[in-house]
Amino acid sequence: MNKIKMSVQSVPFFFTADNLKQAEDVIRRYPPGKQAAATMPLLDLAQRQAGWLPRTAMDYVAKLLRVPLIRVYEVATFYTMYRLHPIGRYHVKICTNLSCWLCGSEKIVKTCRDVLGVNIGETTLDEQFTIEEIECAGACVNAPIVQIGDDYFEDLDSDSMQKILEALKRGEQPKAGSQSGRQCSCPAGGPTTLQSSGPESSGPVKGGT
Amino acid sequence: MLSDKDRVFTNLYGFQDVSLKGARERGDWDNTASLMAQGRDWIVDQVQKSGLRGRGGAGFPTGLKWTFMPRQVITDRPHYLVINADEGEPGTCKDRDILRNEPHKLLEGALLAGFSVGAHVAYIYIRGEFYRESIVLQTAINEARVAGLLGDKACSTDWRFNVELHRGMGAYICGEETALINSIEGRKGQPRLKPPFPAGVGLFGCPTTVNNVESIAVIPTILRRGGEWFAGLGRPKNTGTKVFCISGHVNTPCNVEEEMGISLRELIERHAGGVRGGWENLLAVIPGGSSVPVLPKKICDHVLMDFDSLREVQSGLGTAAVIVMDRSTDIVHAVARLSRFYKHESCGQCTPCREGTGWLWRMMERMVTGTAHMAEIDVLDQVTRQIEGHTICALGDAAAWPVQGLIRHFRAEIENRITERARAA
Repeated sequence: MNKIKMSVQSVPFFFTADNLKQAEDVIRRYPPGKQAAATMPLLDLAQRQAGWLPRTAMDYVAKLLRVPLIRVYEVATFYTMYRLHPIGRYHVKICTNLSCWLCGSEKIVKTCRDVLGVNIGETTLDEQFTIEEIECAGACVNAPIVQIGDDYFEDLDSDSMQKILEALKRGEQPKAGSQSGRQCSCPAGGPTTLQSSGPESSGPVKGGT
Repeated sequence: MLSDKDRVFTNLYGFQDVSLKGARERGDWDNTASLMAQGRDWIVDQVQKSGLRGRGGAGFPTGLKWTFMPRQVITDRPHYLVINADEGEPGTCKDRDILRNEPHKLLEGALLAGFSVGAHVAYIYIRGEFYRESIVLQTAINEARVAGLLGDKACSTDWRFNVELHRGMGAYICGEETALINSIEGRKGQPRLKPPFPAGVGLFGCPTTVNNVESIAVIPTILRRGGEWFAGLGRPKNTGTKVFCISGHVNTPCNVEEEMGISLRELIERHAGGVRGGWENLLAVIPGGSSVPVLPKKICDHVLMDFDSLREVQSGLGTAAVIVMDRSTDIVHAVARLSRFYKHESCGQCTPCREGTGWLWRMMERMVTGTAHMAEIDVLDQVTRQIEGHTICALGDAAAWPVQGLIRHFRAEIENRITERARAA
């Protein structure tokens, strides 16, 4: 991994006024006295604010919720979506589990490495992209898939993967979802069910292969 | 084949309006109060009559699970309903479609299920990666609150009911119900020893029922059409409809709602466009998500897709995620990939699983290249049996079964590889 921003673990952390208000809303979701339950959502909120999860943010959340530091550290290190080190602006998470592998995720990994010039787990020198392999993302019938930030890019091949990365490089926002143009998990070419329950029930199939 | 009028998820693909208005046009939230007016016992009774078995993988009867909850609610021990939307079993993506395209079915089901187990709050635990889906669901919750369907007087009854979302952060193990409860409480997602079962001591130490998204989302339709309607579909003890996810080497991978007990071949050929290169090109199928043993073509030719039929052939329905592999597949590599997954996802609490999953993966990698010894195939099988059943939760079993399935049906393939490697050396 490129050593970017490695000295920033001590960067001071406080919620912005908006996020503090949101944090209070989150705490109210749980019964009185059980505010420790808000640990995960608040760490996520902190991560969204800072771009990653510095130690100071964990300390801040622990203090806010009045729970021991170790309880928060335990959570932050257990779950894989907490980023304990700074990463690139675009976090490209490539699913390589079975369904995606069967449908060619190895090609997707290769495309990402070739286009960005970094290996799995590394960040580009301009700090724009970090690529990572992830376990099943839960979109298996749209394999192979890649998650970038919060968006899923589905039904990929080398070409569409390359186009997405290049669009991001240009600062554009490529369209998320199926890259072959089908609707959600509907079979390509049109649904095999739900065709008889009214004119708009199945709808026209957009695209399809 | 299931006819469209018997399909529960009429907006599975999201062609129609997802909002409350669209959901109402499809019949959701239609006089929910009248269903609640028939009482808790009637709801549980209908669900038991329907024969609904949990859709999360284990297939435990949903109605029976609800009866484990205490009859009376004690003031300082409120009841909770927890809905498991931590979908992460490789091959499975059915709950995602319900969350993003049928959120109101889930919310109405939550109210009815919550009412019948005495819960005033439901927590929906949704996996962290499903961020967009969680926004859709939160929007649906807000719509339902504004319309008075959820809240202090849910659907104008005297029942107070709220639904809250809790997002996971990337841990497969949180799909196990007690790990999920720990995770909501703000702890590491490590499973708890049972007993006590969640119905006695669950979320925040209170009686809790944990159900899968699909199990909850079919409840309103079962109650409207009657348990007998649902029980009339499928086969005895394996009733109703099920959302199948068909992925891998098929022409048109998709999710589809079908009748339980449909034959595997019909499912693949009718809905997923058939196996790539034709049925004869089929090598093997994993019929219920990565945790169940793989089936070779000769069993796939005639097997039916339900809990008991698949158990008879030493596999399982699991989450009904059908992963299809054609003859071009390196089956040993495929199972090794799953072993790597379980090694990655073991929570580290029980030694047989923490150490054993790593063992399995490393041995499987040598089986892939053929650098193992012939005698190690039996050692590998033995290791799986020392993990299976010796851990707190079922992740150990789930790691063991795919390897056992491989050795059972594809032992010759592993042996060939070892022989060829030895000859080349």
